[in-house]
Amino acid sequence: MVTISQSPLATPASRHIQLTELSIGTRARVVSVASADAAAPVELGRRLAELGFLPGEAVRIVARGLMTRAPIAVRIGTGTFALRLFEAACIRVCPEQPQPC
Amino acid sequence: MEALSSAPSPLIALVGNPNCGKTALFNILTGSRQKVANYAGVTVERKEGSLLTPSGLRVRILDLPGAYSLDPLTPDEQVTADVLLGRRSGETQPDFVVCVTDATNLRQNLRLVLSLKRLGLPMVVALNMTDIARRKGIVIDAERLAAELGVPVVETIGVKTAGVRALIKVLEGLALPARARRPAVWLPLSSADIEHDQSEVRRILGLVGGDRLDGVTVSDRVDGVVLHPVFGPLILAVILFLVFQAVFAWAQVPMDAIKLGVAAVGNWLGAALPSSLLKGLLIDGVLAGVGSVLVFLPQIIILFFFILMLEDSGYLPRAAFLLDRVMGSVGLSGRAFIPLLSSFACAIPGIMATRTIQNARDRLATIMIAPLMTCSARLPVYALIIGAFIPRRTLWGGLELQGVVLFGLYIVGVASAMAVAFVLKRTGRGSGFQALMLELPAYHWPNLRNLGIGLWQRVEIFMSRVGTIILALMVILWALSSFPAPPPGATGPPIQYSIAGHLGAWLAVLFAPIGFNWQISIALVPGLAAREVAVGALGTVYALSATGDDVSGALTPLIAHSWSLPTALSLLAWYVFAPQCLSTLATVKRETNSWRYPIIMAAYLFGMAYVGSWITYRVAMALLS
Repeated sequence: MVTISQSPLATPASRHIQLTELSIGTRARVVSVASADAAAPVELGRRLAELGFLPGEAVRIVARGLMTRAPIAVRIGTGTFALRLFEAACIRVCPEQPQPC
Repeated sequence: MEALSSAPSPLIALVGNPNCGKTALFNILTGSRQKVANYAGVTVERKEGSLLTPSGLRVRILDLPGAYSLDPLTPDEQVTADVLLGRRSGETQPDFVVCVTDATNLRQNLRLVLSLKRLGLPMVVALNMTDIARRKGIVIDAERLAAELGVPVVETIGVKTAGVRALIKVLEGLALPARARRPAVWLPLSSADIEHDQSEVRRILGLVGGDRLDGVTVSDRVDGVVLHPVFGPLILAVILFLVFQAVFAWAQVPMDAIKLGVAAVGNWLGAALPSSLLKGLLIDGVLAGVGSVLVFLPQIIILFFFILMLEDSGYLPRAAFLLDRVMGSVGLSGRAFIPLLSSFACAIPGIMATRTIQNARDRLATIMIAPLMTCSARLPVYALIIGAFIPRRTLWGGLELQGVVLFGLYIVGVASAMAVAFVLKRTGRGSGFQALMLELPAYHWPNLRNLGIGLWQRVEIFMSRVGTIILALMVILWALSSFPAPPPGATGPPIQYSIAGHLGAWLAVLFAPIGFNWQISIALVPGLAAREVAVGALGTVYALSATGDDVSGALTPLIAHSWSLPTALSLLAWYVFAPQCLSTLATVKRETNSWRYPIIMAAYLFGMAYVGSWITYRVAMALLS
């Protein structure tokens, strides 16, 4: 399993949520990326990191699907990616509201 | 110049993240016309071209598939990594790397630059799409960037030549002489390495500018509507519907013109030539066959006009987003969408495009269903039968019935593909974690020059098929249908006594249960080489069966007259499924490196075609009796 270490940004862990729980348009920062499901392919977390899902990067949900609110379109840095839920579930974030991370 | 002939030309590789404009740059550098579009994964194999610099230096240029890193996950990225690391057999390591970066997305692109620096090959960075960056208010200090990276940086605009000239100048200065190779040692990056690189990227961006994260972009606002859970699917449905309506509505005038032209040539030949074997070959063989295929060129151009517009605007990955739930529910990878959509043009590039799918089993499932997407070669067959049997009638809301039926045929193809994918999933193929991770690029207006080139290429491909394979098969079919000559005192049309006539009679036994007559049965055989050939073959066979002076171009009324509606519907059903294309099977063999899958594919598609046609024929007979 690929685990990317906690970022130096010191925020209380209680404020950290899964990217899937973030509401549309809310700005957040990536805290960590790790395969959430042990059965998931090991390269998953690594590929997310290669796409730019790295601790400290700005992230925001642009759009979600209808029924199961999947897939989700995510802005990371200056790029946008469509992710399925199991992919987004690997990413933990810290919302910038009510106060910045 | 003598030195050039002795030393091999330096090899320069274009490398970069997906969709950063490598191929556009390659086309300008080498004068090529490789396909470019606004989505990740257009280029899935290495392409080589060459460039003669103003000072007379010949350099070879390699265009490589886009990669997010040098540690590949997909077959297309593997190509890039293998070439760069000198691991690809029969290929030397590039002397020099041009790392193409998207100036609007350096935060992501610069990590690959840092990886390439680690690799140690001589490198120059092309800061591409600087025009779009400037419009977005992104200003990058290229000199400072070069100083920080320790490599030359050239600003380029992939579709304009000015920046490319500057790039060539830098290449000239650096690529001579061809460098002594040293083996690159590459250790896969750890997560800590990636994080380290990202902090370096942040530091550099802080110094050179060009890191604007703030604000909602135009693309975001468009996405707010296009990806909206309710409006998004509606817009997609309207777009698709428009395409199929246009294929019929817009094509009528040019199709009539082509028909008139073919008929005029036929009349002229008929009057000018003395009655002879040659006259028969030209009129019944060539003109009847080729003319009946040629008529469908306008419809194919219209279809590709829409496909190219969608590809170039950046809408395709959005469509993948909107339909991802459907794909996922039948166990397909989200990344299967674009290969499947490409298959609407032709299954061959579609199957090649599955190289962007990570998991081998997911990739195989996508390959197996790609031929069920209705490729453009099927359009002439569908259009012929629809034109003959479906009345031109306007339904409510101004919809054309013919366009609706065509849309329905495409939907049947897609629905059966989904059903097959579902069966494959149930039988344990597929990984359970099918990736999506699809980049949604910024929208841009389709480039008219690209559109023009793309359409012209389609015309060239179509015309060259008509002029080579279709023409040749028509001549062969004409010969098989004309010899041996009928015995004295024969009453039927001469074709009945020919080789093709006997073959058709024999095949007709096999196809009678699904309603095909001997003329259709004959036409299916050359149709194996290319689907649209079947239309030409019908043209030739009917021209030879006709007793009177029927001239080519009149195939539509002929079949409307001589086929029953159940037969026509059955043939449509046959063409939805039948693997009537040997090149597709050959591509599957190459991509899977085994005979197993093309054989399975041919068997299951023929099976579905026969069963589908049988049911269609029987149901139609029962309903109409």
